[in-house]
Amino acid sequence: MSSTTADAHAGGHGHGHDHPKHLAHHFETLEQQYGSGKLGIWTFLLTEVLFFSALFVAYTMYRAQYPEVFQFASQYLDTNLGAINTIVLLFSSLTVAWGVRNAMLGQHKMLCINLLLTLACAGGFMGIKYVEYSHKFHEGTLWGGHVDSIFKADPADISETMKEHSHAWNGDGELVAVKDLDPVFRQRLGLFFAVYFCLTGLHGIHVLIGMILLTWLLLRAMKKEFGPDHFGAIDFGGLYWHLVDLIWIFLFPLLYLIS
Amino acid sequence: MTPSTNTLERTNYLNATKGFMSWFWTIDHKRLGLMYMWSVVAAFILGGFFALKIRMTLMPGAVDFASQTAEQMNAYNNAFTVHGAVMIFLVIIPSIPAALGNFVVPMMLGAKDVAFPRLNRFSYHLWIIGALLFTGTFFIGNLDTGWTFYPPYSTGSTDNTVILATLGAFVLGFSSIFTGLNFIVTIHKMRPANMTWFRMPLFLWAIYATAVIQILATPVIGISLLLLLVEKTMSIGIFNPELGGDPVFFQHLFWFYSHPAVYIMILPGMGVMSELFATFSRKPIFGYKSIAMSSLAIALFSFIVWGHHMFLSGQSQLMSVIFSALTFSVAVPSAIKVFNWIATMYKGSVAFTTPMIYGMSIIWLFGIGGLTGLFLATLGTDVQFHDTYFVVAHFHYVMVGSALFGFIGGIYYWWPKMYGRMADNFWTKLAWFMSFIGFNLTFLPQFVGGSRGMPRRYAGYGTEAGYDSFNYWSTIGAMILAVGLTMALGTLIYSMFRGRKAPSNPWGGVTLEWQTPTPPPEHNFEIDAFPVGDPYDMNLCEYNGEEEGFLPVNPRADDPCVADVAIDPVYFEPESENAPA
Ligand code: HEM
Ligand SMILES: [Cu+2]
Repeated sequence: MSSTTADAHAGGHGHGHDHPKHLAHHFETLEQQYGSGKLGIWTFLLTEVLFFSALFVAYTMYRAQYPEVFQFASQYLDTNLGAINTIVLLFSSLTVAWGVRNAMLGQHKMLCINLLLTLACAGGFMGIKYVEYSHKFHEGTLWGGHVDSIFKADPADISETMKEHSHAWNGDGELVAVKDLDPVFRQRLGLFFAVYFCLTGLHGIHVLIGMILLTWLLLRAMKKEFGPDHFGAIDFGGLYWHLVDLIWIFLFPLLYLIS
Repeated sequence: MTPSTNTLERTNYLNATKGFMSWFWTIDHKRLGLMYMWSVVAAFILGGFFALKIRMTLMPGAVDFASQTAEQMNAYNNAFTVHGAVMIFLVIIPSIPAALGNFVVPMMLGAKDVAFPRLNRFSYHLWIIGALLFTGTFFIGNLDTGWTFYPPYSTGSTDNTVILATLGAFVLGFSSIFTGLNFIVTIHKMRPANMTWFRMPLFLWAIYATAVIQILATPVIGISLLLLLVEKTMSIGIFNPELGGDPVFFQHLFWFYSHPAVYIMILPGMGVMSELFATFSRKPIFGYKSIAMSSLAIALFSFIVWGHHMFLSGQSQLMSVIFSALTFSVAVPSAIKVFNWIATMYKGSVAFTTPMIYGMSIIWLFGIGGLTGLFLATLGTDVQFHDTYFVVAHFHYVMVGSALFGFIGGIYYWWPKMYGRMADNFWTKLAWFMSFIGFNLTFLPQFVGGSRGMPRRYAGYGTEAGYDSFNYWSTIGAMILAVGLTMALGTLIYSMFRGRKAPSNPWGGVTLEWQTPTPPPEHNFEIDAFPVGDPYDMNLCEYNGEEEGFLPVNPRADDPCVADVAIDPVYFEPESENAPA
């Protein structure tokens, strides 16, 4: 990706052939440069998928081991918020893809608008995620040993929101008071939330990185740096953003829709 | 007399710009390669210091077994942990790909640089950050988990140095990923038009296969270490059995990376070997395609054998049987390479230069290292050998005896290209001899001790255990090895200043990096397009006495490298017996 930056210092090696403005010194042609960037970003996305893979394995393994726990704990996630976030991200995929098209056609203004929209979606996503997270911290549906605190609490101390959730459906479709659950079972709930927080947290970090990337692209787009012969960076940034979306598309059903 | 193709007095990549920042902030792959090389050497000295500390502790009589204090034992645990972690993450993994690879790969391709020069610089800076994080552990505590960082110990009662060390390994992982990514794209996209895949020098095939492992395996260790970090700092429970998690899960993730990682270490060494054997046998490499393909085969197989590190971890017996069988299959492509190298020497005119001697000794060392791997891959025998010095000896034969010797051999091979000077023939060979003897003396006894049950990672054994003689010879051997390696380093540093000036092609290699002046200009080549043919057609160059090196048989009119020599009537005598037909 780094080679596509505009300050490619052409010249200095005097081979006589004229070097296009956006061509870095070590490439022969613009096609070679663009092709390298493309292969580079795809390879990078592959490493990203593998980066998440361990967590997906953890999810599969522990869900296979404790299916009831996962079903039960999943009820504590807010499906509506998750669904809204899915739509937000899907929409942002559209805008970023549109932006790539704008860059190719040299439509500077539309490019800026689309990048801005994508950024807004990313911000919205993080906002909603923040609401979800703070809700969980409030309720104490947390990872590992920390999950216990809510279930250990005296009923008199339980807040209103927590009371709302102090009952849930168990795997057999019966309504169970959380406090009546088997202690081992209660503890395993923490495992679900560990997987939940790791997956969504890592994804959230990727959204943040994406936002930095989009801001950088936006700043450059405002300087009209992109055009029909120079849209690599937008294209590659867009691909990264699609991957971030794609991962969420998997996370949503796996985490929110299992009860 | 200075060879005409030596550019030390002219402008070259070493003297084109000056000052600290012109190196530290460079995007020139050659300078980055050199900086990697010296950084790796520095890390090696650090790791070597701890190795000697281990050996000194284990010298019979050095520490009284019965009255050892807790501090002494902690210091020992620290020594083997830092030694292992530094040697693996900071030395062997970046050694050949990042140091030699950076220097050589673009030149072998006739290119001006790697595909992403800035990313390349970023990789190097990540390496530095990783190294700083590792050294940071010295100041805040006693890192003592072993290089494997297994939970529950690493996430439990040990101190917080683990946090720094895993962060360091995490950062180094990304350094390695970006290097691999860069090479993959470079090899795909920057080859000259007429260099087809099967006209690539085998070093490129090896680097390519290595890069595939780097990008596929390293992200997994990245996430595993991250999980270990959150486990340690926030007890999330994924690896904690008390919370329903599974510590063996970490072992799976760890070895899913770390077994392929052993091929990140050895494959580039094998690539260097292929170059050495072809050039110094003055014969086309035997079995080009099978060597190229076996690199890829090794890369692929390496992903499906990790369970052989976990035969005794409680994994199911069926899994163990499958992993054992798969592990045997890795030996096949490795052996193919060895046979091909030997066949290359057969009826060649072998030149016993220093790099070649390293190459030839690796056949012996890798033979032992690889074959003992099969002992370990066998379920029944591994029950006896697991966690003993047998394993320690096995992996030192492959990592030091093969990967490190390959690195040193590669440095000697490309050294003239790097600094424009030749290292001394006699002293480099003496250094090799000392290292070779010292190395074998250190590790052969460990096979014997290990097979008799001597466990690894113990701070002392006591005379009654009966391992004293093994430890004694190991320590003596380690000292000889240290002297040998120090000498090898000394020959290099001496030659940098005093060595004979090198011609552009001292060894007679026909790959493209030998077709540029020595040291190369900033953008590698002074001429534009190359005729790329068979990378191992040794008839393309011939020895020239005045030059004390090799010159192309058909020099191009515009080749500045031989322009001065072209006037030489002797060289162009049409009747000369080597004249092109
Ligand atoms: C030729 C094929 C090879 C085979 C069949 C093989 C097999 C094995 C086996 C089965 C073990 C586990 C032993 C145990 O813990 O009980 C092992 C350990 C090890 N091998 Fe290999 N190996 C091979 C090549 C290599 C290479 C090329 C390297 C590195 C360059 C290497 C590095 C290691 C390391 C570092 C360990 C021990 C790690 C630890 O426990 O700390 N091996 N090998
Ligand atoms: Cu292994």
